[in-house]
Amino acid sequence: MAQTLYDKLWQSHVVHQEEDGTALIYIDRHLVHEVTSPQAFEGLKLAGRKPWRISSIVATADHNTPTDHWDKAEGTAAIDDPISRQQVETLDANIRSVGALAYFPFKDARQGIVHVVGPENGATLPGMTVVCGDSHTSTHGAFACMAHGIGTSEVEHVLATQCLVQKKSKSMLIRVDGELGRGVTAKDVALAIIGRIGTAGGTGYAVEFAGSAIRGLSMEGRMTVCNMAIEAGARMGFVAVDETTIDYLRGRPFSPTGEAWDKAVAYWRTLHSDEGAQFDRVVELAAADIAPQVTWGTSPEMVVPVSATVPDPAQEADPVKREGMERALQYMGLEANTPITDIAIDKVFIGSCTNSRIEDLRAAAAVLQGRRVAANVRLALAVPGSGLVKRQAEQEGLDRVFVAAGFEWREPGCSMCLAMNADRLEPGERCASTSNRNFEGRQGPGGRTHLVSPAMAAAAAIAGHFADVREPIDCPNKEQS
Amino acid sequence: MEKFVKLDGLVAPLDRNNVDTDAIIPKQFLKSIKRSGFGPNAFDEWRYLDVGQPGQDNSQRPKNPDFVLNQPRYQGAQVLLTRQNFGCGSSREHAPWALLDYGFRAILAQSFADIFFNNCFKNGILPIVLPAEEIDALFAQVEAMPGYRLTVDLPAQTVIRPDGKAIPFQIDAFRKECLVNGWDDIGLTLRHADKIRAFEAQRRAGQPWLFS
Repeated sequence: MAQTLYDKLWQSHVVHQEEDGTALIYIDRHLVHEVTSPQAFEGLKLAGRKPWRISSIVATADHNTPTDHWDKAEGTAAIDDPISRQQVETLDANIRSVGALAYFPFKDARQGIVHVVGPENGATLPGMTVVCGDSHTSTHGAFACMAHGIGTSEVEHVLATQCLVQKKSKSMLIRVDGELGRGVTAKDVALAIIGRIGTAGGTGYAVEFAGSAIRGLSMEGRMTVCNMAIEAGARMGFVAVDETTIDYLRGRPFSPTGEAWDKAVAYWRTLHSDEGAQFDRVVELAAADIAPQVTWGTSPEMVVPVSATVPDPAQEADPVKREGMERALQYMGLEANTPITDIAIDKVFIGSCTNSRIEDLRAAAAVLQGRRVAANVRLALAVPGSGLVKRQAEQEGLDRVFVAAGFEWREPGCSMCLAMNADRLEPGERCASTSNRNFEGRQGPGGRTHLVSPAMAAAAAIAGHFADVREPIDCPNKEQS
Repeated sequence: MEKFVKLDGLVAPLDRNNVDTDAIIPKQFLKSIKRSGFGPNAFDEWRYLDVGQPGQDNSQRPKNPDFVLNQPRYQGAQVLLTRQNFGCGSSREHAPWALLDYGFRAILAQSFADIFFNNCFKNGILPIVLPAEEIDALFAQVEAMPGYRLTVDLPAQTVIRPDGKAIPFQIDAFRKECLVNGWDDIGLTLRHADKIRAFEAQRRAGQPWLFS
């Protein structure tokens, strides 16, 4: 019988199955960071258990780490907040005592956001199960992996048993066919999908992204789409293996080599849904219909094309939804029916596991080249996803473009995506952000987040308000360039 | 993990869709390396008028009188009633830790986000999915009757209203057994240690690149 990619990934990891379908699933790769692991390591120790397979662990510090002034003190002493420092030091101590395949501690040349670091080092390989105590683990699905976020109890469970107790999800195919328009990126595809199916649309499903527009994306773009699967409610989203996948993986530090490479590639090429495979739900989008997207509310599903206006709750029939929209508008300080391009911004954040890879930085820099950030923008941050991304960007001269435009060029980390470090919004500040969540308080208490692509964030930075990156952009501050 | 068998508890309503885990426990409290003590900061940004920081004396902070859980009639609630997609967003288990520490043992919603739903079972919290019409009726009853309580009977898989109506709910047999007995899943999984080792050996032989 024709199998879906999900069927293949699932079946190849079942260790044991109960009568009710509950299965023990083997975990190939366990990514670890400082925030969701300390209680798991402690639990393991208290129970007198040892990690099952140390070579499955890849660890880094990313959530709490500062993105500036790394050189002001030795090692973790450069982390001002004592509670953040303790958490990073706890990870250091845990990995030192337990071991790992690879550990990229704070300030290491390869340190960075865990979902950027795994793939760029070849530690995420097709056909793997990949887990991490972080919901954006769905990112790794771009490599045809069964990859999803887990809680801390499950982090401990994986450490102790190399398995998770799971039930198979339903399957959904999201097909995006056709060619994306100029200035329309993977982020816009992800937001358009969420706008269509809603933030709970994918709940209970494993989603395969397919169609010619997805095939046409680079690995970076596919990672952006899979990253946002969780914002559509799907714990995991994946893309079948093709030449783009294989080309990306060739020569990465943990990619196989020689004979093992050939054998691996032969297997990887089987990681796609068979012709005629059946899905529980199919959603289709035409790439040509997708415009650059901007969120207006406090949930990623509150999203519209840049050419639209802020929706009017009065038009919503469902009273719970209407109230949610009214609450969101009040929190966001917006009036219904305001054109999106009339919304002025205070800060810009280019970074996060969604959009901090080299291609994202190139897209933003292309818009910024020769222009200046508008005077009303108080802070514009460019935060590369990892030390390797940062180095490559600097080799390409992108850092100079950002700095010349008035951006701060920072050290890698999660930064203002969740504002666990010092990078955050003040109450009432409005941000054009390339991150993944516009929840109340996500980027700082009272902060107002609008999710956009890197190119759209750059366009907003120079215009001082949201602007359609497909059109000539008004650049009020050009006299200073 | 504490067992969950039968609970008779005061119900508190949180009449919103898409309550996310950032709202349940804001990020500044995730810096703790402990599992306990998150209750006073559950729903921190909605519950207090100031911005909370770890290590504060929360009893001295100004409470938001408009936030529903601050109303005197809902103090001591053990059952949370809410709408769609509860617990969306981050995988932080600090969210169920905060709800448990606050006092909630059961959550009734029209739907839950997957990772949060899963995390509840690891902490002795029972998340119950009910149809929209049952949820609507419960909101109306809670609003109308101060001191409104529900009985949650896990072995019987029913929620019993004060008027005697029993609402059935579904739960996986395995999860139910773990909750009713308070079992630690790691111990259960390790009963299959030989199978895991055999699976691993076979995988290592077939795809050695996964193990280097």
